[in-house]
Amino acid sequence: MYTATATDTHGHDHEHAPTGIMRWIASTNHKDIGTLYLWFSLFMFFFAGTLAMMIRAELFQPGLQLFQPGFFNQLTTMHGLIMIFGAIMPALVGFANWQIPLMIGASDMAFPRMNNWSFWLLPAAGLLLISTFFVPGGSIGGGWTMYPPLFIQGGIGYDMAILSVHLMGISSIMGAINIITTVLNMRAPGMTLMKMPLFVWTWFITAFLLIAVMPVLACAITMLLTDRNFGTHFFDAAGGGDAVMYQHLFWFFGHPEVYIMILPAFGIISTIIPTFSRKPLFGYVSMVYAVASIAFLSFIVWAHHMFTTGMPVAGQLFFMYTTMLIAVPTGVKVFNWISTLWRGAITFETPMLFALAFVILFAIGGFSGLVLALVPVDIQLQDTYYVVAHFHYVLFSGSAMAIMGGVYYWLPKWTGHMYDERLGKIHFWLTAIAFNITFFPMHFLGLAGMPRRIPDYALQFADFNMIASIGGFLLGASQLLFLYTVVKCVRGGAPAPARPWDGADTLEWTLPSPAPYHSFVTPPLVK
Amino acid sequence: MAAAHPLDPLARRHRKLLLKLLAAIVLAFGFGFALVPLYDAFCALTGLNGKTRGPEFIAGGLKERGDGAAARAPSRIDTSRTITVEFVGTVMPGLPWEMQPVNARMDLHPGELHQASYRVHNLSDKTIVGQAIPSVSPGEAALHFQKLDCFCFAQQMLAPGETKELPLTFIVQPEVASDVRTITLAYSFFNVAPNAAAAAR
Repeated sequence: MYTATATDTHGHDHEHAPTGIMRWIASTNHKDIGTLYLWFSLFMFFFAGTLAMMIRAELFQPGLQLFQPGFFNQLTTMHGLIMIFGAIMPALVGFANWQIPLMIGASDMAFPRMNNWSFWLLPAAGLLLISTFFVPGGSIGGGWTMYPPLFIQGGIGYDMAILSVHLMGISSIMGAINIITTVLNMRAPGMTLMKMPLFVWTWFITAFLLIAVMPVLACAITMLLTDRNFGTHFFDAAGGGDAVMYQHLFWFFGHPEVYIMILPAFGIISTIIPTFSRKPLFGYVSMVYAVASIAFLSFIVWAHHMFTTGMPVAGQLFFMYTTMLIAVPTGVKVFNWISTLWRGAITFETPMLFALAFVILFAIGGFSGLVLALVPVDIQLQDTYYVVAHFHYVLFSGSAMAIMGGVYYWLPKWTGHMYDERLGKIHFWLTAIAFNITFFPMHFLGLAGMPRRIPDYALQFADFNMIASIGGFLLGASQLLFLYTVVKCVRGGAPAPARPWDGADTLEWTLPSPAPYHSFVTPPLVK
Repeated sequence: MAAAHPLDPLARRHRKLLLKLLAAIVLAFGFGFALVPLYDAFCALTGLNGKTRGPEFIAGGLKERGDGAAARAPSRIDTSRTITVEFVGTVMPGLPWEMQPVNARMDLHPGELHQASYRVHNLSDKTIVGQAIPSVSPGEAALHFQKLDCFCFAQQMLAPGETKELPLTFIVQPEVASDVRTITLAYSFFNVAPNAAAAAR
């Protein structure tokens, strides 16, 4: 076994870990920091989820019942921003912190202090963002994409939100530096790049995406900030600026950003499916190349978010074809997952259920994405509920459900206890069913022309909206069961063996459960 | 800090990689700002952002470009095509004015000289100076939409309650792409007084 902690000869000063609250505040241990990331993301998930419940409550019936339109816009804006920057991204970074060192046989992340700092920026950023609800003028209501001119016009809440996104961006960049350095410099002997588990590969490539595009987002919102406060005119037409330029800058970041949120999820799914099929991943090399191609293509498709801003036909065709090209590497991945399942000895534990649902539901989201890539269709569907349906299929049943599946998969290793399989399965079925009740009708609403980000709607949309709201409340309530199951597993449960899943063959399962505080201090030898 | 640390070679490799990654980040940040002039240059070349070429809308009248674009006479009148020009006007927050085109649309042959005007009315009891910013769509038509004279070339002052008709004279050059059948000319009127928009919100 590789539990060499007792024979650590390096005499690290953190051998005697501080206890109590200081353990968490000062921690440089990748497992502690991973745990912090995951709890932070769970909290933000529930906060932004509560905002979603309020949105669905207002949309339950036509007419204005609960909120004024201005506040409704704040709900949708903050729901989007917090889910993306506060819930999904930190959760995936939490997985990276826990799993990358364990999966490549490293003792910790390359820069443990920077790791601590990159986490602790997040609560500050989150607090700054949430506190915008309590400032004069209220929170931000200009949409999560932060488009000018609305974002140049709002009150102090807008400045706070921009600074908060700055902080979260800095945190992500530091996380990315840490991941790249860890992967390149700290792999165990014998762990060549092409032997790395796919989860590590996906995060490795994601980290490069972060380094390339987070600074561009920082640029764009810095320009917003100077336009607001220092009299520049980057986006202000009165001063010779151009608001559409912001959209180009934003989506140059924004499209790679959606792959930042999905590639690590691909990695989680590519770990779970082989385990419960008891077969090695089909087409490992093609999977790596597919991830790399998706990452590359993500840089040349951004303007498909802007087809209605006016673009020459040549531009529309270019962005349409490059967008549709992404279906090819994505198709390779789906094909490989299905081939991995083919003739496997499949069992349906909770993580596997989430993974299978991911493959099916993410494919639906991918297909609606292809529909939206078609210029003439997109011009009809821009800013309708069809778009809302599309990105919830790729972000909730994509990223979020992959994260949930990953949590169930690694909880035994993290906590040393088995989670309650029965509760896990109930949580899965409730989530999968409620998710579809919520978001599938939105396709129809969008095709019928219901615009997004509007608190009221025409009568013909009433039935589908009521169905979506009922599904939404069920989906929200089901996540309380997730919280309960996770907390129950953390507090106790059947002791987990070192390798609770038969088919799991990555390095972390060679460690006892829970994984010791210091692991792989002497690197394992990978054959 | 730890000269005798046993992990020194690894720490050195970390530092080397860290510096490279930091350089990449600085580069990406710089690239973001470099996109601003790049975008402007690209748009000036293609008209993609709907800004017209030729005389630029600066206060004080026509500004002739170096290439003589302002003086460019239409090569011919293309009577084989008819193009519809639509006129749109928006008053931005902070400017208590009303604005509407006298004629909302006009059919014309490329190469013809035409005049159009907007009726602008000051709703407030103050004298206010405004500046109109034009935009032409589709963007690829912008380069061929030539304004010989326009109220947007100068700031406009309206006395309390005053109504004015503001004219523009323009030619749609016959070189405009053959698939362009409708051109929309949109003006946004801004209050020139600094922070007027801020005071209004």
